Amino acid sequence: MTSGEIKEVVLDILEGIAPDEDLSGIVDDVPLREQLELDSMDFLDIVMELRKRYRVQIPEDDYVELATMQSTVDYLAPLMKDLQKV
Amino acid sequence: MMIAGADQRERIVITGIGLTAPNGNDLPTYRESLLEGRSGVTPYEIRYVGKTVAGVCKFDELRYQKRKDVRRGTRAGSVGIYCANEAIADSGLDWPNVDRASVGVFVGVTEHGNVETENEIHELKGFDYDTKFWSHHHNPRTVANNPAGEISLNLGITGPHYTIGAACAAGNAGIIQGTQLLRLGECDVALAGGVSESIHTFGIFASFKSQGALASHEDPTRASRPFDAQRNGIVVAEGGCIYVLERYDDARRRGARIYGEIAGYAMNSDASDFVLPNPERQAECMALALRRAGMNSDDVDIVSTHATGTASGDVQECQAVRRVFGASPRIRVNNAKSFIGHSMGAAGALELAGNLPAFYDGACHATINVDELDPECELAGLVINQPHESSQVDVILNNSFGMLGINSVVIVKRV
Repeated sequence: MTSGEIKEVVLDILEGIAPDEDLSGIVDDVPLREQLELDSMDFLDIVMELRKRYRVQIPEDDYVELATMQSTVDYLAPLMKDLQKV
Repeated sequence: MMIAGADQRERIVITGIGLTAPNGNDLPTYRESLLEGRSGVTPYEIRYVGKTVAGVCKFDELRYQKRKDVRRGTRAGSVGIYCANEAIADSGLDWPNVDRASVGVFVGVTEHGNVETENEIHELKGFDYDTKFWSHHHNPRTVANNPAGEISLNLGITGPHYTIGAACAAGNAGIIQGTQLLRLGECDVALAGGVSESIHTFGIFASFKSQGALASHEDPTRASRPFDAQRNGIVVAEGGCIYVLERYDDARRRGARIYGEIAGYAMNSDASDFVLPNPERQAECMALALRRAGMNSDDVDIVSTHATGTASGDVQECQAVRRVFGASPRIRVNNAKSFIGHSMGAAGALELAGNLPAFYDGACHATINVDELDPECELAGLVINQPHESSQVDVILNNSFGMLGINSVVIVKRV
């Protein structure tokens, strides 16, 4: 998966988690929490969805990497480079 | 009929009603359905059990919740939130200026957590039962206080909230709990009643089926038929009904419309069987509620029965009603489950609500789907298939009974 595809996956997951929000204007290098109403349970949802869809395991210590869209994609890129988008 | 010299603080009245039933999402629509014989039972399908029938509610979840809140919470929570918001709006309370710490939320439930647990296990099967894939939402969705807690979160209520687990007596139990907490001074406004999400758990259908107590009929609207000779079991339903309860003085002071006063109530236990009802204890429960109300059986105009459409349960309740009311020429007896099915934790609260407008319109809705009355269910005053028009209704007695032998009775009188 390319970085662009990974971003699409994350946006798709966010659509499910934050169905009332407009995701079209998300700025990549601004913390997601400053742009969307997200709490800790929502971040756990992101982790769970990545696990369910792609079997990607994110250790708890790495959750901080999910702060912005850019940091999320950068973190996931090596983990998902050999996976096909579903 | 008011209890002479009763402390005015003890007088608790109903000032708001919010509900969703399979045949109406507000009191006027629900009442109209009951008077016009409109059923809310439809074809229904659920995993593992397959095709069956159920009472399904069609209220607008998004009227009071965001999509995200619906996704995060439970169906019982959404039912409760809808009903609580509707009840507050109906009450005319100046809600923005109500001290939220003075409000209590008391919600009766037959069961809670089955729906989410079944869903999670179903999902987990796809992951070969690896619990790494078990949702972190499981615990907040399945804790027993969930439906009441979701109401408190939605409405910013900081007074006490909890559910009352009382099998199918729970709707009445919620009202009783609210009444008691108001009398104790623990709150000034009680949101009290019951909710049911039971149609979303296959386990309830399958268990009734295994027990030989799940209704079936080629016409779903004819499947729930208490007192009929051909009845063959329970129609499972979802629904909810939340009341705004206040002290009489508070309601009068703010000029609130008063639907009725909680005149008496009682709860007791059969202590005899897991599932079979006990008519002696049911009769004792009704008699105790009457005594507490300072009434005798001749004071009651309408008895709203619990009867669910099972072979033995209906007969036993009829025995209990006969014991208490004999051949009272005044009473009329009816049943709402024949229209909507058994809405479990909501049943007692919803069935009472369907009768309260009788204080204004004088009508007693019927029990429908009685083609051939079971001789063992013959009751003086049973209102069959068509509503009965009275000149005046002053007192309604509402029965609600449940498994493990839990009985509840609430008596409401006109103010």
